[in-house]
Amino acid sequence: MRKNLDIIGAYTIMLGLIILVGFLQSWNMALSILCLCLISAVMTMGANIQWGYAGLINFGIMGYTALGGLAAVLVSVPPVKEAWQVGGLNMIFCAFLIALMVFSIRFIIKKYNKSAKRNYGIAAIIIGGLILLRLISAPAIESIEAVNPATSGFLGGMGLPILFSWIVGAFFAGALAYVIGKIALGLRADYLAIATLLISEIVIAVIKHEDWLARGVKNVIGLKRPVPYEVDLQTKEWFINLVEKFNQGALNLITDTLERQELLKQLVIESSTVFVKLCFAGLFTIVVIILLIITQKALYSPWGRMMRAIRDNEEAANAMGKNVVKQHLLIFVLGSAIVGIAGAMMVTYDGLFTPGSYRPMRYTFLIWVMVIVGGSGNNFGAILGGFAVWFLWVEAAPIALFLINFFTSGLEETNAFRVHLVNSIPYFRFLMMGVGLLLIMRYRPKGILPEKIKHI
Amino acid sequence: MDFLNAIVLLLNYLFVPALSYGSQLALGAIFVSLIYGILRFAYFTAGDLMSFGTMFTILFTWYFQSLGINLGFLPTALLAMPFGIIITILYVLIKDKLVFSYYRTQKSPPVMLAMVSIGTMFVTQAIVRIVIGPFDRRFFDGEKFILKANEFKEMTGLNEGLTIKSTQAITLLVTIIAVSILFWFLNKTKTGKSMRAYSDNEDLALLSGIDPKKVVMITWVIAAILATIGGALYGLDKSFKPFTYFNNMLPIFAAAIVGGIGNPFGAFLGGYVIAFSEIILTYAYKKFFVYLLPESLEPDSLLQLLSTDYKFAVSFSILVIVLLFRPSGIFKGKVL
Repeated sequence: MRKNLDIIGAYTIMLGLIILVGFLQSWNMALSILCLCLISAVMTMGANIQWGYAGLINFGIMGYTALGGLAAVLVSVPPVKEAWQVGGLNMIFCAFLIALMVFSIRFIIKKYNKSAKRNYGIAAIIIGGLILLRLISAPAIESIEAVNPATSGFLGGMGLPILFSWIVGAFFAGALAYVIGKIALGLRADYLAIATLLISEIVIAVIKHEDWLARGVKNVIGLKRPVPYEVDLQTKEWFINLVEKFNQGALNLITDTLERQELLKQLVIESSTVFVKLCFAGLFTIVVIILLIITQKALYSPWGRMMRAIRDNEEAANAMGKNVVKQHLLIFVLGSAIVGIAGAMMVTYDGLFTPGSYRPMRYTFLIWVMVIVGGSGNNFGAILGGFAVWFLWVEAAPIALFLINFFTSGLEETNAFRVHLVNSIPYFRFLMMGVGLLLIMRYRPKGILPEKIKHI
Repeated sequence: MDFLNAIVLLLNYLFVPALSYGSQLALGAIFVSLIYGILRFAYFTAGDLMSFGTMFTILFTWYFQSLGINLGFLPTALLAMPFGIIITILYVLIKDKLVFSYYRTQKSPPVMLAMVSIGTMFVTQAIVRIVIGPFDRRFFDGEKFILKANEFKEMTGLNEGLTIKSTQAITLLVTIIAVSILFWFLNKTKTGKSMRAYSDNEDLALLSGIDPKKVVMITWVIAAILATIGGALYGLDKSFKPFTYFNNMLPIFAAAIVGGIGNPFGAFLGGYVIAFSEIILTYAYKKFFVYLLPESLEPDSLLQLLSTDYKFAVSFSILVIVLLFRPSGIFKGKVL
């Protein structure tokens, strides 16, 4: 118990801070911070598996997050029948063609030795295939996008409950990671970082501009939720009773029935949003706990020891007969799949899919700050990093406002310098992130909760 | 005549823009490549350093404009640029002293330094946004065109016009001057040679008495100069927006790697490779073929290989292809 004191202490402080937000600002705010903290925690766990366990840098987190989001759309949205009628056949044929291309290239690579001729053959297949794809898909895409462009204009999804997408998102992200890993894993660490960053940008570009897939920058809105809607809750008998019970004290103070009814209505509306967020937080907590148990088990299993050995001394591990390349690929896929889950969770929570909002600053670099600050190689640290950094990211504005007012209290309200500073408050969060990261890297390079290795 | 028209069309819409965009990328790629070669880490602050330098160029431009100083037909920014450069140099040197030097003495792995550069990226971004704001700004003044489309049409009697913006000419000229001075410095002077030696083999260079502190300092100074020039030229040609500059980091990295990272000359050419392929692959060739082909063969579609939305994706795909087939880059940089 005693050796885990730092973990317990850190988490208590973190939860205390969130509860403090609940009292000082609003419970709605506190719960939305908590929900996004939990989602960030899942992302950092994914990145931590790759960086902390295996020492692989993956700057493509944004791409996997977006793929997870795409999965949420493709799973939950009902299919657009008209679009399938006008262009579905061609698109299926295209998918078939891509598969054919991949298999024929694999076949050539296996069958023939490395030579200029082989390279030309592969190039010919790729170029020919692309032209063919273009010819088949172009008219289909045009007709698909012409179907109700204001509301649909895409193929739609499968119309299943959105919770399935959390698993599908993992598979999507894992599949992408497999391809990227095959291409880029042989590179040196910082080279890998750049390559994954750029590849994730390609993924975003495709999602943004292939409107037939998920409406691109026109966004998909109104995704179905796995939890009740506020409007439905407000009319439910049991919910009103519950709210009444909770606020008995305040309600009893008012004698006038009309006024009482008015207050109750107000309270029901307020609590319905809180209740919905509580449901989300519950769901997310379940995911985080399941992942935490699995990753902890993995970390202290023979497999985890092998991964650490590979991380710390690749050559020695290789000499001991461990297949470094294979294990790297495996862990790259696993970590990315977890990030994919987080991406799907995020879209589920927001209820909308906005490809334009995926930016490397928010979805790659911020997640990395979380991993480094929390403590790489330690799952508890990663989760804490997700919590702490997201909390700071959201609360940076009020903190900055307070600090600015404090330091410029000598100046007048209308002083140009002060007004300028107050107007640029949103950007102080970058400053805080940067300074925080630099300080942690300098004075506590292993993070708030450093990695602990049990020595036998 | 049709043939000439087709050529002018390509010159106007493809060659001239690609050349100026390529120069701006090349300047960025050179300094990323230099930092990679000498300090041995991927410098993620690249885009934001450019926006930092540009910001101060803009501030000085405004200051000069308020004083009524200008360069006539040339943009005032050219006059402001040296001042921007000086401040950027100070900034990177302070940053090196406060942040990076510690990790150098600790002999931290390159990954660590790359992470640290992400920290400085956040800080630089914050400074830029706090000082000048995140908005789109134009700071170009002076004569806008060297050659207008109408003038060209009258001059030559062709259907197609050729426009050359003065920013494009300035970009090209300044790039040529800056890059030739840089390569002269790297290849002919003693300091430049010692820098290359340090980049090739650190231990041997130290043995032969090269002062690492000096090499590192000069690298940062060159980086600051190139970043400010590249950023200011980009801002003059298009417009200044911190977010765009941050995004430009990506094609710059692509250019540096494609050219062979650690090899400044490769990075220089890599910038053009990226710029030209981005524009060539996303240009709609319909009009070009309308001029060249007889009427019966005229194309119906736009004849665009890729939609312009994929402009960025093109450069990254080139990067992936290069990584797959020639990991050391086209012009043989460090083997990674």
